[in-house]
Amino acid sequence: MNTIIATLFDGFWLNIELFILTLLMAVPLGLIITFGSMSKFKPVKWLVKTFVWVIRGTPLMLQLFIVLYSPGLLFGMPMKSRMTAALIAFVVNYAAYFSEIYRGGIESISKGQYEAGAVLGMTKPQVFFKVVLLQVTKRIVPPMSNEIITLTKDTALARVIGLAEIIMRAERYTKQGLIWPLFSTGLYFLLFNGILTLLLGWLERKLDYFKV
Amino acid sequence: MPILEVNNISKKFGNTEVLKNISFSLEKGESFSIIGSSGSGKTTLLRCLNFLEVPDTGTITVNGKVIFDGEDPSSKSEKGIREKRLHFGLVFQSFNLFPQYTAFQNVTLAMMLLAKEHPDYKSEKDRITEEINTSAKKILDSVGLSGKLEHYPHQLSGGQQQRVAIARALALNPDILCFDEPTSALDPELTGEVLRVIRELADRKTTMVIVTHEMSFARQISDNVLFMDDGVVVEYGSPEQVIGNPREERTKQFLERYFESENN
Repeated sequence: MNTIIATLFDGFWLNIELFILTLLMAVPLGLIITFGSMSKFKPVKWLVKTFVWVIRGTPLMLQLFIVLYSPGLLFGMPMKSRMTAALIAFVVNYAAYFSEIYRGGIESISKGQYEAGAVLGMTKPQVFFKVVLLQVTKRIVPPMSNEIITLTKDTALARVIGLAEIIMRAERYTKQGLIWPLFSTGLYFLLFNGILTLLLGWLERKLDYFKV
Repeated sequence: MPILEVNNISKKFGNTEVLKNISFSLEKGESFSIIGSSGSGKTTLLRCLNFLEVPDTGTITVNGKVIFDGEDPSSKSEKGIREKRLHFGLVFQSFNLFPQYTAFQNVTLAMMLLAKEHPDYKSEKDRITEEINTSAKKILDSVGLSGKLEHYPHQLSGGQQQRVAIARALALNPDILCFDEPTSALDPELTGEVLRVIRELADRKTTMVIVTHEMSFARQISDNVLFMDDGVVVEYGSPEQVIGNPREERTKQFLERYFESENN
């Protein structure tokens, strides 16, 4: 039983790794996509919007396969690491979702805030970083929390391209007639998301000192 | 020499002409009020002065220097727009304070950002910060808010918020301070404290352009009043003349309607 738990732990570590790396990269990439989708230059705007539509409109599971296989099929350069493939698919997918949350947040800030900054002689980047960003952050914490919690569970999808994450490992035991390892995986996610919920709740309270 | 000269400013939104050849000028230390009904173009005119809207034609001259010329495409570009804007301060109808900053920080933010661009900033950081802090406290004190420095906007009443907004605009020491209906978003019992601050500024010879619906206030504090209707200047002169004894039929009608509704 101890070896089973150790194996599951090893597997879950992979889920966590995928989760952290995806978050670290998708959060900033999402912002870049947001700027694209809000661009005044129409071709960029429509290109980015089409991209977001495709990414959000197709299953993440399918995107994992496409990232894994297409470099080999199209360019003769097979993807060397399954982890890299999973990471690319997750980062792109989540950045697309994040970008829409950011866009909603940015668009919810009143025009008066931008104008007040402008008449005080602030540059556009100053208005964005010094005035708007924190207000947007406060607005998007609740919807982002939702996405982030979904991400922890989505990492289990990485098994479709052969990454030995926790559920894949647990499933192997069912062939030996053991079902409890599979069922127990829920506890790992539950515990992890419990901690995450506390952290995100703390962040929400941290931003409670002002009202938007 | 006038501090501000506005010449033949016109502005269209789509097919609607909002401003039609507006001209006026303003001496240093003058309080200047713009009155007129909603939709007459007053606010658009003020926004043009602050380059929140770009006029289609006309010129704007500050201290003898042409800072906007509709004929010159380069003056419509974003380049140099900050320097132009810094000639003017603007107090909005809806305050537009930055909610995540305290009253004090609302006043110092833009000053700090400007100071950071100064080449000496790094070497004299402490002195510059100290100067900014002192002047922010002094300005907030002058609008009667020395006790509210650490309050966030949502902890202040509308009148207090508007006074912070006035302090914030004053902090950058603009040549001309503009007010866009500064009391229209306030409950009636809170307008007095804001008007009092503006009156004090007028007494101290602050150059101001005030778009307002407060007719008796405009009459008391203004050196000159401009009445606008449908995008044109209908009447322009001393408050005694424009509000007290209007010559134009449209001005008379407007004032009659105004005082009628006030008496009701």
